[in-house]
Amino acid sequence: MITSAIIPRPLAKLPWRLIAIVLGIATFGLVVLYSAAGGSIHPWAIKQAIVFVAFLAIAIAMSWMKESTIKSIAFPLYGITLVMLVGVEGLGFVSKGAKRWLDLGPIRLQPSEFMKPAIVLTLARFYELVPAAEIRKWRAIWPALALLGVPAVLILIQPDLGTCIMVLLCGVTVMFLAGLPWWVFAAPVAAVSVAAPVVFSMMHGYQKKRIQTFLNPDSDPLGAGYHIAQSKIAIGSGGIWGKGFLHGSQSHLQYLPEGHTDFVFATMSEEWGLVGGVILICAFAAVIHWGMRVSQNARTRFAQLTAAGVSATIFFYVSINLLMVMGLAPVVGVPLPLVSFGGSAVMTIMLCLGLLMALERQQRTVSRIA
Amino acid sequence: MKHMRITTAHQSITFSRRMMLLGGAQAAVGGLLIGRMGWLAIAQNEKYNLLSESNRVQLIPVPPRRGWIIDRNGKPIAINKASFRVDLIPQQIVNGPSVIAELQQLMNLPPDEVERITRELAASRGFQPVSVADNVPYEQYAAITVRLPELPGVAASRGFTRFYPGGSTVGQLVGYVGPASVIEYEKENKNPLLLIPGVKIGKEGLEKALEQTLRGEPGGQRVEVTARGKLVKELDPKPDRSGGTVQLTIDSDLHQYAARRIGDQSSSVVVLDVTNGDILAMPSMPSFNPNDFSDGISQNEWKMLSGDDHVPLVDKALESLYPSGSTIKPSMAMALLNAGIDRKQIVVCNGAFQLGNHTFHCDKRHGPLDMDGAVVHSCDVYFYTMCLRVGAEKLSPMVRSMGFGEKFDLPFDNQRFGTIPDPDWMMRKYHRKWQGYDTVNMSIGQGMVLINPMQLATMASRLATGKRVVPRLLKNKPVGPQTQLAVDEDHLNFIRTAMWGVVDHGTAAAAKLPLDGIQMAGKTGTAQTHNLSAGERGNYTASQWKLRDHSLFMAFVPFDNPRYAAATIVEHGGFGAAVAAPLIRDTITFLYDKRKAMAALEAFEASIGGPPDVRMARKTAAWRQANGLPPLPAKTA
Repeated sequence: MITSAIIPRPLAKLPWRLIAIVLGIATFGLVVLYSAAGGSIHPWAIKQAIVFVAFLAIAIAMSWMKESTIKSIAFPLYGITLVMLVGVEGLGFVSKGAKRWLDLGPIRLQPSEFMKPAIVLTLARFYELVPAAEIRKWRAIWPALALLGVPAVLILIQPDLGTCIMVLLCGVTVMFLAGLPWWVFAAPVAAVSVAAPVVFSMMHGYQKKRIQTFLNPDSDPLGAGYHIAQSKIAIGSGGIWGKGFLHGSQSHLQYLPEGHTDFVFATMSEEWGLVGGVILICAFAAVIHWGMRVSQNARTRFAQLTAAGVSATIFFYVSINLLMVMGLAPVVGVPLPLVSFGGSAVMTIMLCLGLLMALERQQRTVSRIA
Repeated sequence: MKHMRITTAHQSITFSRRMMLLGGAQAAVGGLLIGRMGWLAIAQNEKYNLLSESNRVQLIPVPPRRGWIIDRNGKPIAINKASFRVDLIPQQIVNGPSVIAELQQLMNLPPDEVERITRELAASRGFQPVSVADNVPYEQYAAITVRLPELPGVAASRGFTRFYPGGSTVGQLVGYVGPASVIEYEKENKNPLLLIPGVKIGKEGLEKALEQTLRGEPGGQRVEVTARGKLVKELDPKPDRSGGTVQLTIDSDLHQYAARRIGDQSSSVVVLDVTNGDILAMPSMPSFNPNDFSDGISQNEWKMLSGDDHVPLVDKALESLYPSGSTIKPSMAMALLNAGIDRKQIVVCNGAFQLGNHTFHCDKRHGPLDMDGAVVHSCDVYFYTMCLRVGAEKLSPMVRSMGFGEKFDLPFDNQRFGTIPDPDWMMRKYHRKWQGYDTVNMSIGQGMVLINPMQLATMASRLATGKRVVPRLLKNKPVGPQTQLAVDEDHLNFIRTAMWGVVDHGTAAAAKLPLDGIQMAGKTGTAQTHNLSAGERGNYTASQWKLRDHSLFMAFVPFDNPRYAAATIVEHGGFGAAVAAPLIRDTITFLYDKRKAMAALEAFEASIGGPPDVRMARKTAAWRQANGLPPLPAKTA
């Protein structure tokens, strides 16, 4: 918080440190997109900049929302998003072989993106309503499973495996923090680890091959493993200091597929090296840490769960993308927020940050006694 | 109420604990990511840098021009001719049969060729281009270039074709070139050069043996290309280096003369310079035309060549083995003298020789002969008698030192060196004791004795010089030290005079050189190819070509100051003096008087039906007709 006579009070009360980090990440992202386009602000950097500024403004505006307002829109937001998800199935716009988009005149909406904060808000609201004594009862579990399962299935059949996993992980995180018994989480993990070998043996050849390709991408460098192999080459060849701005051969010669979207981190690493990568990872860690602190300082259960849930959303975004780019996870199509080109991820992240800023503001303004 | 409070407190403890767990997990994932990135960017940086560079920089190879092969005077034996060519790239072909049909129509491809292309296309492995035609006339090249967009998979390009001015006369010498096979490609660790259409490598003969010298270093344009193959920028090119020129000791004119003089016989001639062992000529005829082979021959051509009983696919100078017949006699005489036999001692020839219960025959009844007479008139009985007296142990070493059975370091793959037997060898190889009849057989170059024409010419040059002359084909190879042979100079002079006698008034008297002041010394030979019964002996013109004797002759000139040695073995040529000796006579005449020699050749060729190309074409036409094939279209050069 900045205190100065010159700066107006409302501005001074904004969490400037967070905004500075986010601005830093986004600016770095624009620099990378500029390079990915071969040294041009077209077609990506300029669009991305406009989208980012717009959503940053929205996030800052959201920071004045009251906790009670947020609480009251939790269920309606979830309901509307769910309706839109169903709508996508019926009226969806097919792009890249999947129905994800809803065409609403001038704007094209991807409802599954809204579902990430929406599921967090809904489950936080739900667990706020569940009395503490009930938390270990079945009554506290099945509604949450339903609230989470229905949108997850709707997203999975679009099909959008990446977003589906994200929504599931965000929801499960909130349930975990809400204090559900361990077995709820342990049982599925145990079931999966027992079933995996059996399922694997029953799989079709091509399905097995996909899994094997993930486990050892070098075995099929021209086929399905191509993305991962080229991404690793880009990161590995960058070395400690990188090849220099605008000198990444992997991205500029188009060996790196999706170098401006999902694999933007590889584009960045090739030119900025390990140093650039570590700085970016630390910047994201700072943002997430800021969100977790908001959760720890929150005084209401809803605020606690919401802040932790949306922080986890950002965490999952970043970590799934990076694990995938570095060849530690299968390619599922999760962008790197604020850096990858594309409005949806920016929107989701900014909604999350807006919620966090709103909750943080409550902590500072509402008296402890109230 | 109390119960509720406790649970709320409990819940908040759970929350804090689980938040710590979550935070810890997040920190762990962050650590994992940074660790992984460090591993990729530091530990494996070198590996990924290499991969990144091999992505970035591609080499468009520029095939090097193949080195020339030239003769001792710089005349071309194998050179390159600028040409147009058309290839098929199997990977890019959309509809194979229709493309081939289109090409057949555009280029007038004969059915043979269409069949070959179809076959090679089916057997090809995607990356390997299939040659449609080399040496495409400009009009056809232009017609195809115009239509390239409609013919996916067809590549028309300018290149070089190997050209052998000597045609089939140098076939066995140079071998031929052709596109690399899958096996050759894999043997060279998948050298990408071998995949470029038009790049040919040596398949046989010198082209194969000298491949590394002739090929040169491929250069290439180093380019930066995108993943989709779009050229971004050209980097500094890697220059190519043409293959090295190889100079042979061959005298191209003499070589071709000898090849033509062989005529329709199945034979090889070797001419050596006795002062240094230079091989001046070594044609083996009939042969294949390496120009046809370099274009890729059809199955029918191959069938015709491999079915020919004159074995055009074998280099008879080095790969074929024959009994030496009487040409062994001068060396045998040297051995006898060395063993102390008096050359004046007389042996009476009654036309036959009895050993145990077996009778060995002679050519005719020579009557009483000394050694000189025995060599000049090639009397077998004299050698049977004397060699038995001396024993095989003293004969074989002398014959070997004269070059028979010796291995020569010449740049050919399939040389065979034959045998000069002796008692030890007999025991090792056949596990039996050496018998008197083995000595008798060996004394006249029959039985186990096997030689090749190169060895025969070497023997002539060693008898001529008394030095260990070693044949040499590559001009840049140092001349081996010509050590003195362990023989008596007086013995040598005697033998040289006897060999002069062979040509002057002996078995080869009909082969005197038509030159003033230059006299030839030589020795004829007639080698049995199968066990003829006594009655058939001397039937040199048996109705069946295959049953006739081989005709041999070796010689050196001038007899009093030797400069050249020559030898020939004419397969199934009959009596040595009748066929082999005149062949050598004319060849040697060419060395001294080209005009006279050419006149003799023209008269000779007129008697057998024209120059080799004409006879070859006639032979091909006859073969095609006999095998029910349509005649070949007239060639337009």
